[in-house]
Amino acid sequence: MSTPDLQEELTAATPATPLNAAAPAAAARVRGRREVLYFARRNRKLVAGLAVVAGFLVVAAVGPMLTDHGPNDYVGPPGQPPSADFWFGTTTFGQDVFAQFTHGLRSTFLVGVLGGGLAGLIGMLIGFTAGYRGGIVDEALNMITNVVLVIPTLAVLLIVAAYLRVRGVIPEAIFIGLTSWPWVARAVRAQTFSLRTRDFVDLARLSGAGGRAIIVREIAPNMSSYLLMALILLFGGAVLLAATLDFIGLGPTSGISLGLMMNNAVLWSALQLGMWWWFVPPGLGITALVGSLYIMNVGLDEVFNPKLRKL
Amino acid sequence: MRRYFGRKLGIYVLTFFVAVTVDWMIPRFMPGDPVQTMLSRASLRPEAAQSMQAYLNNVFGLDVPLWRQYLSFWGGLVRGDLGVSVWLFPQPVTGVILRAVPYTLALLVPAILLSWWAGNKFGALAARRKWLDNTVLPVGYVLTATPYMWLAILLAWLLGSEAGWFPLSGGYSFSLAPSWSAEFLASLAWHWFLPFLSLFLVAFGGWAIGMRNMVIYELEADYTHYLESLGAPRRLVRRYAFRNALLPQLTGLALALGVLVAGALVTEIVFSYPGLGYLVLQAVNNQDFFLLQGVFLFIVLGVLVANFLIDIAYVVIDPRTRTGMRGEGA
Repeated sequence: MSTPDLQEELTAATPATPLNAAAPAAAARVRGRREVLYFARRNRKLVAGLAVVAGFLVVAAVGPMLTDHGPNDYVGPPGQPPSADFWFGTTTFGQDVFAQFTHGLRSTFLVGVLGGGLAGLIGMLIGFTAGYRGGIVDEALNMITNVVLVIPTLAVLLIVAAYLRVRGVIPEAIFIGLTSWPWVARAVRAQTFSLRTRDFVDLARLSGAGGRAIIVREIAPNMSSYLLMALILLFGGAVLLAATLDFIGLGPTSGISLGLMMNNAVLWSALQLGMWWWFVPPGLGITALVGSLYIMNVGLDEVFNPKLRKL
Repeated sequence: MRRYFGRKLGIYVLTFFVAVTVDWMIPRFMPGDPVQTMLSRASLRPEAAQSMQAYLNNVFGLDVPLWRQYLSFWGGLVRGDLGVSVWLFPQPVTGVILRAVPYTLALLVPAILLSWWAGNKFGALAARRKWLDNTVLPVGYVLTATPYMWLAILLAWLLGSEAGWFPLSGGYSFSLAPSWSAEFLASLAWHWFLPFLSLFLVAFGGWAIGMRNMVIYELEADYTHYLESLGAPRRLVRRYAFRNALLPQLTGLALALGVLVAGALVTEIVFSYPGLGYLVLQAVNNQDFFLLQGVFLFIVLGVLVANFLIDIAYVVIDPRTRTGMRGEGA
């Protein structure tokens, strides 16, 4: 699931990044970028988090090639603990847990990138429009945002997924994206509000720039660190949401995912039989991936926010 | 203050309206014929299938205009009629759900309140305290990143299956019939503990981190520096920081409700705990769409009520909302 506290932080806190875009000179921008890189490379949280995520990415990319069978094929003796032949053991039906894990990791990344990306896109679109336009547009968009915010996302996904005859990872990601954007919209709107009355935005308006150009060129770059962190949180949130949905039994109807692995393990009494190799890897994978994303975010916050750097 | 509550209530009423509309729309506008889908996938005895078909056609009323279908849907809702369960045919969905709700509430309410309280206290304690912070921060992040069902699975496996300290499934011992006897209540509490612990731990991590970050933020604020320069004792400064940080944490609680409910659903599934989560699993497995839609409405309603309670708490905690100024939550 998503971490509401981090979301809340992004929503509630006043701009933490120094919004000193009054110096728009290209030289300053390059200097700023170099400074960020300098602090980024020295931030242990960021580097460690990034390393774990990269590690999982490699496993997801290469792992499925190490086995010559599909994730749901019945290839080995049933219920075997990890061995040299089957690194993560086998399920009650003799499926290779390692193959399931690596294929499941692929679905996880797909859901995270697609679902989180779509939610970010919608959230930014609504947030920028509401915050920049203000007035009645803002009222209407804010109303929609508040309504979607209160409705529990998983409950909606439950009934939508239940009525779908064939379910795939991509539709799942799209539905997650369509329902988990509101807090981003709120955060972006609040930020845009505080930015749109700044001198440099007025200046751009005086010089005849259109609304879209001002948002893209003047406002968005000044909160790029925020947007990046929001996207990371959305990725984690989408992964956890998909795992929950899959665990309930509304995941992809064919193929495999980490949530589905846990669903199968519980369904076929792996707990009672003590087949820990069946349910530990998928949960551990999700926890490690999402956890390192969150820790990465803390690192990013320290990189972008000079107030936290001295710690 | 009236404006504050009026605005909030307006949004909640609108949200409920939208939720009911979504609940009505999804079966009708998804690809495929819902009646056929339900019948073909529900494995029913022939006579049951026939009465189901007649019943479903009547309920969906697919031959009358859409607006009349919509109105009759609302009519049924007002009468508390959410349809008949397929899984427990022919029991009404409302009754099935009402029997499960106490179990879910008994898990959720203590887990939410205790984790929020303990997380806030602990997070505030950890902020800017080197060694405590170094342990709280990683543990907290790992806990929030843990999928609810995985922690539940681990606890059930380690403390239930391997150690044998706690029962693995059910809301009470199968050898007992529900009564108010001490034996039954003890069994109830014993079965309740692991699901509660699992929910509590995941939520606790999130609150601790949130509070820790907020307190650090407040300790950087101007009023803190001013207080410090006046020579105020550190305890006092931290108390002010804590009280200020509590407000966003309360808003965070409102935002987290949906996630917490989802966590409770999957936790119940792991422990076969007879709450709403168990109903959801049975509804999914038995293609019981009315039950699923009924659970959806109950969850939305519960979250809306909880949101309203948090709004009231906000007024109690934040004096600005009382004096008519716009507080953070307005």
